[in-house]
Order: sequence, then C-alpha cells, then structure tokens
Amino acid sequence: MIPLFNLYRELSFMKIKISGHRPTSKKSWAMIALLFLLFTLLPSLALAEEAPVLNSGDTAWMLTATALVLFMTIPGLSLFYAGMVRSKNILSVLMQCFAITSLMTILWVLYAYSIAFGGDGPYWGGLSKMFLAGVSVDTLSGTIPETVFMTFQMTFAIITPALMVGAFAERMKFSTMLVFMTIWITIVYAPVCHWVWGGGGWLGNKGILDFAGGTVVHINAGMAGLVAALLLGKRKGYPTTAMPPHNLGYTLVGASMLWVGWFGFNAGSELAADGVAGMAMAVTQVATATAALAWMAIEWVKHGKPSVLGIASGAVAGLVAITPASGAVGPMGAMAIGFASGFGCFFASTILKRALGYDDSLDVFGIHAVGGIIGAILTGVFCAESLGGAGFGGDITSIGDQLAVQFIGVGATVVYTGVVSFIILKVLDGIMGLRVTEDEEAEGLDLALHDERGYII
Amino acid sequence: MKKVDAIVKPFKLDEVKDKLNEIGVQGITVTEVKGFGRQKGHTELYRGAEYVVDFLPKVKMEIVIADTQVDEVIDTIMKAAQTGRIGDGKIFVTNLVDVIRIRTGERGEEAI
Repeated sequence: MIPLFNLYRELSFMKIKISGHRPTSKKSWAMIALLFLLFTLLPSLALAEEAPVLNSGDTAWMLTATALVLFMTIPGLSLFYAGMVRSKNILSVLMQCFAITSLMTILWVLYAYSIAFGGDGPYWGGLSKMFLAGVSVDTLSGTIPETVFMTFQMTFAIITPALMVGAFAERMKFSTMLVFMTIWITIVYAPVCHWVWGGGGWLGNKGILDFAGGTVVHINAGMAGLVAALLLGKRKGYPTTAMPPHNLGYTLVGASMLWVGWFGFNAGSELAADGVAGMAMAVTQVATATAALAWMAIEWVKHGKPSVLGIASGAVAGLVAITPASGAVGPMGAMAIGFASGFGCFFASTILKRALGYDDSLDVFGIHAVGGIIGAILTGVFCAESLGGAGFGGDITSIGDQLAVQFIGVGATVVYTGVVSFIILKVLDGIMGLRVTEDEEAEGLDLALHDERGYII
Repeated sequence: MKKVDAIVKPFKLDEVKDKLNEIGVQGITVTEVKGFGRQKGHTELYRGAEYVVDFLPKVKMEIVIADTQVDEVIDTIMKAAQTGRIGDGKIFVTNLVDVIRIRTGERGEEAI
C-alpha cells in the first residue's frame, strides 16, 4: 500500500508542477485522467508481483531433505534388510539396493520424472520433460529450483523399488530383478505418483491426502512385493527350517538410519521450510515412537520377552503409517496412528503371514502395504481440525467424504499395482525366469550370483 | 602318549587353561564348536517365527600328554570345568601314534 501512496503523491506533485495551481485547464484534466487511469491499474500490477521467487531457506532444507531420503535407501534400508537375511545372502541384498539406486536415477532423469510430473493429464504426465527438457539451473518449482524438486522426487522413486527387495530376498535372479524394476517404475510407480502428486492427477484432484507417499510408495511397494513373493514361491525349507536374521545389529542400525532419514521423507514433502514441515517432523517422531513401543509391548505380552527385531519393526511400521498423514494430522492423531500401525503390522507380519503361509521374506507386505493402508485410512479421520489435524483435502468438508477419497486411493493403488506387477512378473518369468536354481539358492546368492563372500573370516 | 579332547562350556575356557598351566601342561589347541548331549536347546523368536535351536556353543580343547600325566590332567579339567548343571561337557581320551615338532623334527614324548 505504501508504494501506491508514494506514487500517488509523486503524480500529484507532477500535476501541481505542470498546472501551477491555475484554474483547471485541459492539460490538467488530461493529467487527472491519466492519474485516475494509473491508479486503477496499479492494484492489479501490485497483485501480479506474487510470482514464486527462489527462497534460499526452502532450498537449503530441500537439498538436505533429498540427501536424507537417499540415505534412507543407501545404507539405511540396505542394512535393515541385510541384517535380516542369512549371511550367505547379505551381499545380494546390498547389491540389489545399490543397483536399484543407480538404475532408478538414470530412468528418472531420462523419462520417469516426466511421466510423473511432466504434464497435467489425469493419469499420465506425458513425455514433455524427457531428458529433463526445460529443467535448467534457474527453473523453479514453487520456491525451490526444479532440479532440487526433481532429485528429491527421484529419491522416492529409488526407495520404492528398493523396498520390494525384502519380499523376494534370497531367491530372485538379479538380472530379472533389474528388468522388472525398469518396467515397473515406468508403468506403475511413475503413473501412480502422477495420480497423487502430479499436476491434474485424478486422485490429487479428488482431494486425497497423501503427504509423503502412503499410497505412492508404501502400498505400491508392499502390494508389488506380495505379488512377487507369491509368484516366486517360498524359499526352500520355509517355514520349517530356521532362517533367523544373521546380524540384528545391522538391522537396528538400518532402522535407526531409516528413522532419522524419514524426517527428510516426511518433513521434506512440504517442499518448504515452514510450520507444516515442522509439524510433519514432530508427528513423524511421535507416531514412530508409539508404534515401536506398541510392537514391543504386544510381543512382550504374547511371547514373554521384548525383542530387538520387534521394536525395530514397530518403528518402521509407525514410520510407514505416518507417511501419508504427516502433513495433515497433529501429534495426538499421530499417536493414534502409531498405535494402530504397531498392532496392525504386528498382526499382519506374524499371525496373518503364518496363517496364510506365504513367504514374504522381510515382511514388505506386512509392514509397508498394511502400514500404508492403515495410515492412509486414518489420515482421513485425523486430518479433521476437531481432532487436531490441518483440515480436509480439496473441496472436502467431512470425515466421511475424506475417508471415501482415501479408500478410493488405497483401492486404486492396490488393484492397479497388484494387477500390473503380476503381469510384468508373469511375462518376465516366461522370458528369463524369476527364480534362481535350487543349487544357487542353497549355495547362497552372494557366491552364486556375484562370486563374492560377504564375510571372509 | 595320549590325546585328551575336552568339550566344555565357553565361559570355563580361561579357568581350565589356567589350571592346566599350573600343573605343567605346555600346549593346548582350542576350537569353537557347537553341539548337544542331554542339554536341551532353547527357542529363539524372530517376528513371530519361533525356532528351536538344538545346538549350543561349546569350546573344544585338545591336549597331548604323556601317559603318566593323563589322570592328573583329567582331574584338573573336571574340577575347573564343572558347574554341576547339565551341559558341563565331556572328556575323550585316545591313544596317540606319534607327535612331531615341526621346527626341530623331534618325535615322540620329547616333542610334546
């Protein structure tokens, strides 16, 4: 407002100078008319200066968040999984995660970023940003450089396939895995990502609340992992042969790295350094701690002793469940979500899995799919301002309506990912085979597929 | 010459070794082994999957001695390794055909 006043004053002085306080002449009227015209135009000019500008605080945080999320995969998730497999397979798990990181990076910049964020279609972002066309040093995405946004999203595209490694660990062919992931990121991850977060995405348009990827990352990976586990079949000797984790120290270290890195995952999904990011960080912490204690407690009661694997699994379950909710719920809602996921994922990973008999080696479905579903649904409840949340999505005005959208999002992801992953795997099984031979499986994938030993003692 | 194989509980290793040193036994070879006799295994739990683990960690000590020392060595090992509970271990005594010192080529009791 002050600049406007100054401008008006300056123009008035101009008018006085021109007309010299004589009776209002034709020239004076022209000046007055010009003034009037300018005055009516100025407000719209003032409003137009709201174009996004680079914010160095936001950018600094997002650069950091990107590093944190990459750290979640290498080495956080890698160690978490590595410790849980038998020692003869440790390198195979580390190799898969590391190779996926490298491969998804390339595919993301070649075309997958474009499919996810390149356009405004409801189901597909198009190829206009293939090879990162149009993304330069100066291009902005909101208040941060588009390069940072692109790389941040890349780390999500990296961890989602890496999560699946846990479902087919100790028996999948490395070569087939690489081909599967290439196809999967193209026709499953990137489209689903677009539906929720891409401009014009149909789920985003419905008002779905999925802040950091309950559907896009966790339900996606969890369902695809389940399908892979079912198609590959059980490991030889499962479930009667003992296959205990060979290094729970690694697993806990990995879980710790996931917990810390998840601040980048959730708080970073605000794409800015502000109050929402701060709340996202806080609720992440609360939900995770609650879930960790919940799993520990239920195990203590059920089996008599609390375990390291249990508390680590509980923490990850909480992290997964709070992921979609992190931008929308308050700390007490987070506690409820942590509680629900601690118990729910415990049930799915132990009782349900044993009852149904499938070999989801490292509980990718039990923790990521089930945790993601619990979190996505409860987001619809605890986003309500009456329950401490930040409010509903889109034009929604009630918990019931929000829940409906959440259910649609969950259902669409489950069905789409399940079906398409199944097709890809079936085709690849026919072409190149999914599973290693029995001998290779017995010898251990480290030696059989990589000619290396994890431990030379 | 006799070879004495003693399988004992791992935390008893240092005690047995010290007592054997006191009675003049010069050399021992130790391996980490696992096994069971009448001592039951235990259960371990990993995300709801309970495993019964039969094998228990033990330590095997191999000692070569002159015939005259056998009884003293057996006595010493038993006193040092005993806890009174199941799983204390066993001692096996076998006849030894020959012993050779690699450095000097000595054979027989001189090489012990």
